Amino acid sequence: MSDQLSVTGSFPVKRGLAEMLKGGVIMDVVNAEQAKIAEDAGAVAVMALERVPADIRRDGGVARMSDPEMIERIQAAVSIPVMAKARIGHFVEAQILQALGVDFIDESEVLTPADEAHHIDKFKFSVPVVCGATNLGEALRRISEGAALIRSKGEAGTGNVVEAVRHLRSIIGDIKKISQADSAELFEWAKRLQAPLPLVQEIAETGKLPVPLFCAGGLATPADAALAMQLGAESVFVGSGIFKSDAPGPRAAAIVEAATHFNDASILAKVSRGLGAPMTGIGMDEVHEHYADRGW
Amino acid sequence: MQAPIIGVLALQGAFESHQQRLGELGAPTRQIRTPADLAAVDALVMPGGESTTMSKLLVTSGLFDPIAQRISSGMPVFGTCAGMILLSTEVLDGRPDQLSFAAIDITVQRNGYGRQLDSFETEITVPSFGADAAPFHGVFIRAPKVIRFGDGVAVVAEHDGIPVILRQAAITVASFHPELVGDHRLHAEFLNSLTRTPSHAETS
Repeated sequence: MSDQLSVTGSFPVKRGLAEMLKGGVIMDVVNAEQAKIAEDAGAVAVMALERVPADIRRDGGVARMSDPEMIERIQAAVSIPVMAKARIGHFVEAQILQALGVDFIDESEVLTPADEAHHIDKFKFSVPVVCGATNLGEALRRISEGAALIRSKGEAGTGNVVEAVRHLRSIIGDIKKISQADSAELFEWAKRLQAPLPLVQEIAETGKLPVPLFCAGGLATPADAALAMQLGAESVFVGSGIFKSDAPGPRAAAIVEAATHFNDASILAKVSRGLGAPMTGIGMDEVHEHYADRGW
Repeated sequence: MQAPIIGVLALQGAFESHQQRLGELGAPTRQIRTPADLAAVDALVMPGGESTTMSKLLVTSGLFDPIAQRISSGMPVFGTCAGMILLSTEVLDGRPDQLSFAAIDITVQRNGYGRQLDSFETEITVPSFGADAAPFHGVFIRAPKVIRFGDGVAVVAEHDGIPVILRQAAITVASFHPELVGDHRLHAEFLNSLTRTPSHAETS
């Protein structure tokens, strides 16, 4: 900016984009064609990645940041924000994604972690970073590292919403308890959650996370999206659930409508009709590798 | 006279922040997702968010035509960021099927200030607040840029020579996000304009 009063890359500016994505659907896409289908359907953003989690799960091996060329093709194809994933702790992948001008970085447990103790120092980045969490302590540790947005981890690539529900209930349940706690109890909460006291005190005062809370991991139907929103998520990420289904375009559009009308069962009934088969999905006892366990 | 009820378009985006700011000023608000919701309000706020998404949802929810009708019969509307795009006459760099209400005679370029890396916060001088008033803290997120405005449009404030708050009749737009900061002056100005020119909900 030309005048000296203007600041880019500040926390309010990073958090601001997360605020704008509320009430929407962020969709995983692996190429420009899918990105266009997602935008056509009304996605608020796309997540550019080389393989959707269901394929990462099937193929095994090390999952890394996507090829910059593929990310650039997706950036050129759509006008909505483009997100991309870096491995947990892999700050150089994050540097590369920022250099590419992606709008949001996902420090994601879906990729193979690069560091077994440290997450990325997200304050060092001008691009906002979203992180996954399974409980409130994890969420607050990520926020203390500079995350501008938290999402439940769920269990990506399973088409099974049970883990996302568990994580959302755990995060929101503890927020409710903390907002009832007295000031002395907050010290104990901070200790138990292994989270910074000032963030716990902020929750006690406001009754919510200091950044938006979205849901991710296993969502496959409009009803799944509405379930997450009714439980208190402010937006949803849908990964494999769209492009591993029979009719990705109509399903994507239906999930977008479900995220808006999440409290209106008659609209949900209407948009859930005739979408063809959702992704098959897998039960948790068949999951060999729990991505949600990644992250510290 | 009862206080006017403010509808906040709740299809997607930062609608809860607008509701919070208006609520802090004592204004009754309603979230608007269906034509029935719209019929119960006197004025409308269109929040920031993704304008392409909102454009789709305006159609699927059946809200586009009723809102257009209410605007043409004088309903006051305050639009921020994506809301500004939805209210403008012409949208550059939008999707070809993107709809807008042509309620204020401006041309806007979507993401005209650039990608998220170019998003910024700054101080905006608003002359109508008075010569000694503090500037308004403006948060611009992938903001639309005003490229042209018609003769009937008043520029309320600008930044770097580009209009960032504009008004035409009952329509006010801002390219940034007053809902994200604790400053209530722009929302208060909108509420004051309603009590000066009362507009009642349709009874039909």
